Amino acid sequence: MADETTHRAPEGGAPSAPGARGTGAPRPGGPGGPGGRKFFRRKKVCKFCTEKIDAIPYRDVRLLQGFVAERGKIVPRRLTGVCTTHQRRLTRAIKQARNIALLPFAARF
Amino acid sequence: MDRFYEVMFIVRPDAEDADVDKLIAGFEHTVTNGGGTVRSTEKWGRRRLAYTVRKFNDGNYILMTIDADGALVHELERRLRVSEPVIKFITVRMDEEQKRLDKIKAIRATRKKLSAQPAAPAEGAAAEPAAEAPAPAVVPASTEAAHA
Repeated sequence: MADETTHRAPEGGAPSAPGARGTGAPRPGGPGGPGGRKFFRRKKVCKFCTEKIDAIPYRDVRLLQGFVAERGKIVPRRLTGVCTTHQRRLTRAIKQARNIALLPFAARF
Repeated sequence: MDRFYEVMFIVRPDAEDADVDKLIAGFEHTVTNGGGTVRSTEKWGRRRLAYTVRKFNDGNYILMTIDADGALVHELERRLRVSEPVIKFITVRMDEEQKRLDKIKAIRATRKKLSAQPAAPAEGAAAEPAAEAPAPAVVPASTEAAHA
């Protein structure tokens, strides 16, 4: 058990270091991620990081609508390429907007 | 130490403009009487709601930014809940967010000034305390050389 943990620690350190440095979503498992595709997905960058948008207000419906699916569901971050911090803020803003009827909870009856 | 809030509420669409104005004035009085200040009131007008609220499909959106403390906000929310024309409201606390944004702007301002090197004394005064403060991974090479 002790051997397994010590062996796994350096292995875990190496791949996470280069991946964690980028601002976009790190893609260590290219073929594994999209589900059987051969190529690497072209590196999607976080829209908020590149455009240096700091605040994501719930009032900005047009901005939020780009991250909401047709039925009103929040699009996962692996599809939009948003980084974690911004995805969390985005989620918060979307939920606030839903509460004030700017975005639907479930659309397209 | 007053906190800064944003209150957005929806007034039913069949209320008249005069009534809406009276309502807003009433809320503003509540805030000022309770010791807060109203920063701004914005009317978004009639908008389509994303879902049906109390059998209405449209609503009159109003956004108010206020400086108040917690008890006053509690009172304001109670009034919003009780008032009949208001069908929905949300209060968001914005002061922490504003502090964070100001900090980012300050860091960006010093970064730009250091790289552009203008001869303005105000920037020098602003750059000094900001450069001292630990800026995570934003410090350009020139300041590192100066510190080293």
